[in-house]
Parts: sequence; structure tokens; C-alpha cells
Amino acid sequence: MLTYLLRRLILMVPTLIGVAVVTFFLIRVVPGDPVVVKLRADGAAVTEETIQAERKRLGLDKPLMVQFKDYMVGLATLDLGRSLWTENTVASEIATRFPVSLQIAIMATIIAVLIAVPLGTLSALYRDTWIDYLVRIVAVSGLAIPSFWLGMLMILGSLALFNWLPPIGYVSFFENPVANIVGLIMPAVSVGYRYAAVATRMMRSALLEVLREDYIRTARAKGVFRQLVVRRHALSNAMLPVVTVVGLEFAFLIGGLVVTEQVFNINGIGKLFVDATTRGDFTLIQGLILLIAVIFVVVNLVVDLLYAALDPRIRLS
Amino acid sequence: MANLAPTAPSTAAAADAIPRRPNAILQFIRQQPLGFAGFLVILLYVAFAVGAIWIAPYDPEAIDFSAMLAAPSPEHLMGTDQYGRDVFSRIVYGARTALAVGILSSLVGCSIGALVGAASGYFGGWIDTGIQRVVDIMLSFPIIVLAMVVVAVLGKWPVLGVDMNLVIAIALPFMPKMARVARSSTLAIAQMPYIDAARAGGYSHTRIVLRHIVPNIVAPYLIMVTAFIAQAILLEASLSFLGLGVTEPTAAWGLMLSGKSADFYREAPWMILFPGLAITLAVFAFNLFGDSLRDWLDPKMKG
Repeated sequence: MLTYLLRRLILMVPTLIGVAVVTFFLIRVVPGDPVVVKLRADGAAVTEETIQAERKRLGLDKPLMVQFKDYMVGLATLDLGRSLWTENTVASEIATRFPVSLQIAIMATIIAVLIAVPLGTLSALYRDTWIDYLVRIVAVSGLAIPSFWLGMLMILGSLALFNWLPPIGYVSFFENPVANIVGLIMPAVSVGYRYAAVATRMMRSALLEVLREDYIRTARAKGVFRQLVVRRHALSNAMLPVVTVVGLEFAFLIGGLVVTEQVFNINGIGKLFVDATTRGDFTLIQGLILLIAVIFVVVNLVVDLLYAALDPRIRLS
Repeated sequence: MANLAPTAPSTAAAADAIPRRPNAILQFIRQQPLGFAGFLVILLYVAFAVGAIWIAPYDPEAIDFSAMLAAPSPEHLMGTDQYGRDVFSRIVYGARTALAVGILSSLVGCSIGALVGAASGYFGGWIDTGIQRVVDIMLSFPIIVLAMVVVAVLGKWPVLGVDMNLVIAIALPFMPKMARVARSSTLAIAQMPYIDAARAGGYSHTRIVLRHIVPNIVAPYLIMVTAFIAQAILLEASLSFLGLGVTEPTAAWGLMLSGKSADFYREAPWMILFPGLAITLAVFAFNLFGDSLRDWLDPKMKG
């Protein structure tokens, strides 16, 4: 077990280095110059000398390979460099933004599981009845509704029904837990709806598959009540693929956060990524891509560990 | 299929097994009513895109300060925005942007992906390993993240009114997914005796891949293309919403929801309702059609 964990952790390193190398060179093909964009942001005229001086100050005048070497040496000491725009360290930019996004992601996951497990189960148990059709329509629409529009609809809805707009600005959970949850519930639902749709479909098909198994028929034939069969025998086995989907989608939640944070004006990782892209902030983009890659490999590892914990037949080796 | 046709009338069983062309469309309608409904909605959007000049009552970019934020009325079916532009006309023209970018990027992404996947499966060895490593890394990012990086890398590059940088950005995340599917189909086909025969016949690798393998992955290709059009439309809308895609004053659904439109929740909810509805309906229709097409073309892939 411990050796397995250690080997997986070591195997992550080449993947992450690969990601870092590819992003480094990819984003430096950019025709736009972040320095020019930054200096022109104030609207003032900029001379060629100021641009050169700024490039020199930020170390962008060095040859590409030297910059690459600096970046790699930095990575080895876990130094991600400084944002070209704010000049704070990339690590601190990410650290201040991370908690909000993580909280939305966790809330979205809880919402998704709370929706998906009961709906997917109902849909599978009442296959080809109106319940099933209704659930499937809800699930398919979850894949079609853009999450930013869903967020806007919720704002419109709360305005129309309660004449209430969700408060702008983030309150820390430790300061005021109620205000914190209330403020983040709408973003969490708009990110979580799509997530729930994916998980519901998986829950349905996994349960249908399990219900066809021989041991389910045996249990029923033996006289075990249907409810008990479903709860004890079927659900626990159907949960395996659902855990995988929920886990892997968690790593992809950043995709939903990117747009949703814009709708609710939340200063999280998603908004940071949008800002970094529009500003051409190389170092910040690099840092964020690496962060997303790290989240992905870690989540994958956790899913594998969970899988082994849930299904004793699977041995980690 | 074509060379089997002459034998069809002789045995009833064979005639049943071979889908004959005139019936194929009717059969699809009968077996996949939902998919057909999706197809009709797609046709409506295509009509919008092609006939925009005749269907849209106003110029989508015409600013009219006398009719700013007008509520839906017979003159402005879906109201107007903060510049007095007709929302319905912008939605009709937006279909052009959405379909052009959606269809093009899906075709580009799937075509490149299919070729890469077929090559990966056919050649095997280190080529396969290398390609699969890249595919794995690409698949570990959400599609919007990949698209955003590409948008940041490529400058604006319009060709015939379509932003090619956007098309490439949206096509890129689809390539690894298509490559996966094409590779596994190819692996199965490469085992077939006729591939050995072709190789023994001295045909070049290019010819074998293009003439003997590619035609056999047409079904998964078609399925992926329709499925990705839905995702591409959604992705284009998201990028435009973020200000990274189509730019003003071009009519695009995502753009209609972006930036300042959020200031008008109270005054002009129609500015938010209708463009979002247009996106949702389009994605829904392509999803329905794509799912039905998959069930119909390849019942084994159902699940």
C-alpha cells in the first residue's frame, strides 16, 4: 500500500514536468506582448524605451532558453515566479483566491451527489415510466444549459420572486457561516447542476447494469424484499462507477468556475485565470495550468484509493 | 453496402438485414422520434443562419437610441438591448456565428483527431506511446481551459467573417477525445485479414490507412462530430461570454450575455432570457440528434 502510494506520487513528477514544459513554450508563442498591454492599461502613451526598460526589469529580455532554465530551477524549489501584472508571487495570488473556489467546488459536489443519487436510482428503478423520462429530460437539459446562464436565471428568479439580489462580496466562513453559505449557494448550484446531470446519468446506467446481475435475481428469488435488495445489494455496487465520475468531474470543476465566478463576480481561481488570459500574464497562466494538472493527478489518485476501499476485489499494485 | 445490393431481393432475410437507402430516413424518424425533433430544431437554426438577411427584421448591429431597452412588443419581438439593437435580429444572426464556429471547429477537431488516432493505432510502437502520452495530458484539462490558453496564444485571425483562432481553440480539446475513439476502432480493424492482404499486396502505409482503415471509422466519426457540435456551440458561447471569443459588434449569443448586460437584470430581463434560451435549445437539439444518431448507427455504443 505504502509502496503503491509512493510509486504513484513519483510517477506524477514526469507528467507535471511535461505539462510545465509544454505550457512554457506554448504561451511564449503569443504575438501580444504582456508588457505593452500592461503599460497601455492606464491609457498613457508609452515610448519604446519604457517598454524595453520594463521588459528588462521583469527579465523578459533574456533569451528564451535562459528564461526556461530560470523557470525550471524555480519549479525545482517550488517557486512559481511572480505575476507579470501585479508582481505578487504567483503562489500568493493563487493562495488568496483558492479558498473561495474550493468551497464552491465542495458545495457543488455535495449538491450534485444529493441530486444525482436519488434521481438516478428512481430513474433506474422506474425505467421507461414517466419518472424515468422526467429525470432523463432534466439530466439532458443539464448538459445543454450554459452554467453562466443558469446563474443569471437564478439571479433573475430571486429578483422576480423576492426582489432580492444575492450579496456581492465574499464573507469568510469563519466570520459569518450563514452569510458565507447564502452568498455561495447560487454559484454552487449553477456549477453543480451540470455536474449533477452527468452523475445522474451514470447512476442510472450503473444501477441498471447491476440490477441485471445474477445475484440480484437470486436475492429476489430467495424472498428478500425489493427495497432491501436495492439498498443492500444493488446500490453499494452501483456506487463504484458513480464515485469515479464524481471524482473525475471534481477535477474538471474549474471549467465551470471560470464562467460562474464571472457571473457572480467572485474573486476566485476561475476569475484569476480569465484575468491572466486577457492580460497575457505568462507566469500566472503557467502557475494556474500547473495547479489544474496537480489537482487532476491528485484527484485521480484519491479516486483510485477510494475505489480500492469500496471494492475489496481491487488490489492496488 | 453498395456491392451487396444486387443480391438483396433473392432472400428475405438478407433484405431485412441491409438498410436500403430510400427507407433509411423514414426508419430513423420512426425509431428515433426525439432525434428527429432535434433535427427539425437544427434545421430551424440552419434556416436562421442561411436566411438571416430575410428573417431578421432589423440590422443586428444597428444602434437606435430612440428604442433603448425596449420591452418585447410587436415591433421588437424579443425587445432591444442597451443600444437599442433588436434582440431577435441579433439572435437570428447569432445562429450564423454559432453554427459556423460550432460546425467548423467540430469538423477540424474530429478530422485531425481521427487521423492522429488512426495513425497511432495502426503504427503502434513508440509512435503510439508518444501520441497516447500527449492525449493523456490533454485529456487531464477541462476543455475550456485548453481553449482559453489557445485563445491567449493565437491572435485574432478572421477568415470570411469567422474567427479562425476561435475555431482552432475550440477544435483542439476535441482532438484527443476523437483520437482515443479512432485509435480503439483502428486497433480492432488492424487485426482483420484484409489489412494483412493489403500489406502483402505491397500497398503503402498511407494508402492502407486512408483507403482501408479510415472508411471503417466513419460511423464513430459522424457520431463524435454531431456530439461535439453541441459542445462547441456551448464553448463558443462561454468564451464569448468571457470576452475571449467573438467581439462586439458581431452578433453572438454568448456575447449578448456578457459584460454590461448583467447591469440590466431589473430593467431588461429579456436581454438575458432570450440569448440563453437560444444557446440551450441549440445545444439540446444537437445533443438529442447526436444521441439518436449514435443509437441508430451503432447500437453497441448505447449506454
